[in-house]
Amino acid sequence: MMKDLSFNAVMNRKNEIMKKALGMDYSIYESGGIAFDYEKMMRDTGFGLSDVMKIQRETGVGNTPLLELKNLTELVRRISPKGKGARIFVKDEACNPSGSFKDRRASVSVYMAKKLGYKGVVAATSGNYGAAVASQAAMRNLDCIIVQECYDSRKVGQPEILEKQRKCECLGAEVVQLTVGPELFYTFLRILEETGYFNASLYSTFGIAGVETLGYEIAIQCREMIGRDPDVVVATHAGGGNLTGTARGLIKAGAVNTKVIGASVDLTGLHMASDRAFNRKSFTTGHTGFGVPYATDPDHSDVPRSAARALRYMEDYLLVKQGEVFYITEALSQLEGMERGPAGNTSLTAAFALAQQMDEDKIIVVQETEYTGAGKHPLAQLSFAKKNGVEVKFGNPDEEIPGTNIILPENPTLIKVRHADMDKMRKSYIKNTLNRAKVDYVDDKDIEFLAIETKTNRKFVESVLEEFGIKK
Amino acid sequence: MSNAKKGDWVQIHQIVLKPEERTGKLPEDTKKVPLELWVKGFLNHDANLYDEVEITTLTGRKVKGELVLINPRYEYGFGEEYVPELLNIGIQLRGILKGGDNK
Repeated sequence: MMKDLSFNAVMNRKNEIMKKALGMDYSIYESGGIAFDYEKMMRDTGFGLSDVMKIQRETGVGNTPLLELKNLTELVRRISPKGKGARIFVKDEACNPSGSFKDRRASVSVYMAKKLGYKGVVAATSGNYGAAVASQAAMRNLDCIIVQECYDSRKVGQPEILEKQRKCECLGAEVVQLTVGPELFYTFLRILEETGYFNASLYSTFGIAGVETLGYEIAIQCREMIGRDPDVVVATHAGGGNLTGTARGLIKAGAVNTKVIGASVDLTGLHMASDRAFNRKSFTTGHTGFGVPYATDPDHSDVPRSAARALRYMEDYLLVKQGEVFYITEALSQLEGMERGPAGNTSLTAAFALAQQMDEDKIIVVQETEYTGAGKHPLAQLSFAKKNGVEVKFGNPDEEIPGTNIILPENPTLIKVRHADMDKMRKSYIKNTLNRAKVDYVDDKDIEFLAIETKTNRKFVESVLEEFGIKK
Repeated sequence: MSNAKKGDWVQIHQIVLKPEERTGKLPEDTKKVPLELWVKGFLNHDANLYDEVEITTLTGRKVKGELVLINPRYEYGFGEEYVPELLNIGIQLRGILKGGDNK
């Protein structure tokens, strides 16, 4: 009998399709209430850190250099008060086979797909992750399909996403491209069902376990280079996996005093599912349009329970402007001789601002770079922005309005630290979690879980619950 | 004569959901337009542009849709116009490092 492929029928088969495509049953981690056993879920990958490293060595992933950005640090010191200007290091993740840290994230998933006997892998992504999955699949002789949100209704595509299409196709993957909208998930499910391939989800336990090596390497390399752990690691934050995996790796290395700080491009005011706004932004990821919803509602991803849980690890969340990131991208190439992609420089921009407030003997590590080239270069992206009616000018980045203008800082001193409201996000996380679980009371275990999930304490959680009128 | 021959590398187009079939929390502008899909593959039979065709994709899937491009090329690059603003940044930053007062 032919399967019903209508939207509702496919969405109703979601759990069944996912279970088959993930090779694991998430229901065993549930408590029945709000809490679920995150650490058990992570342990059940069956891989320790050294196993993940071995898997990654097989395909040339990881072991990227940690570089000190001496000229950029010197620039910070020239514009900071005396004694300020922390040393900035960068983990050059562009050296991975497909050009970004996403190879780490793809490596374990694709290894598992092969081991479990799947013929191919599917991933829903418009970014570097697609190239990473395609590259890993090529190395392990698996078929690969990448599903991209790519075009607006005029079939105008973001140059960065078009470059990713090319790269995936050149690595042998099939690329399915869609116009804007969350119903991409329906197409994704249909392809999983039709092919029986593995869902190489960004949010699976394998994806996050793969990033732990990044945090681990940073701690080890810092100890080798400067004899101690870094004071701060800045991670670009979108779906939360980058930050979560890095933080877990740092903890596994024993770098428990290193602060992990998230950074995103501030795209407040642009609706991510808007046909018109789609091509009026210059960043397709690493922005607040993903960063805030994924931090405050991690379980709305393409797996039943996301392994990317940023609020557990994030000490602070810094917001940078599009114009500032383009400016710093230019600074990295002009002062350090490193041409890297803008999206990967989001955390570098936050580090540049943060370093101005920190003492000279402090260490900041920016934990990624990404490749650059046609489509994903400031020239391509700013030219595209202008063509789509966005004004590009010099001025004060504080006045930047996403979708209307991109303001390149007139002077590097204008690149400033801007904190997101973490407590507001934590409250929002608790609210979303209550809504998802559809409960009107919580038990002790739930309170403890919410405190860990929000990196707070019982007192904070209890006060928020009281505010929402939830009984204990 | 047909524009495209069996075996040609082509791109096809599909409407996945018509505007009235779209779901979820969508902004007004997106609600008014369909959800569209494009995919490439080898043409399974001779056809003309804009015909309904069937292709075989790189993973061996058979997919039907409207033939929109033959030998589709990559059309993006480093922008249709140069962005001179970027020139100023390097000049300014090198100036500060060389000791100029740009505070």
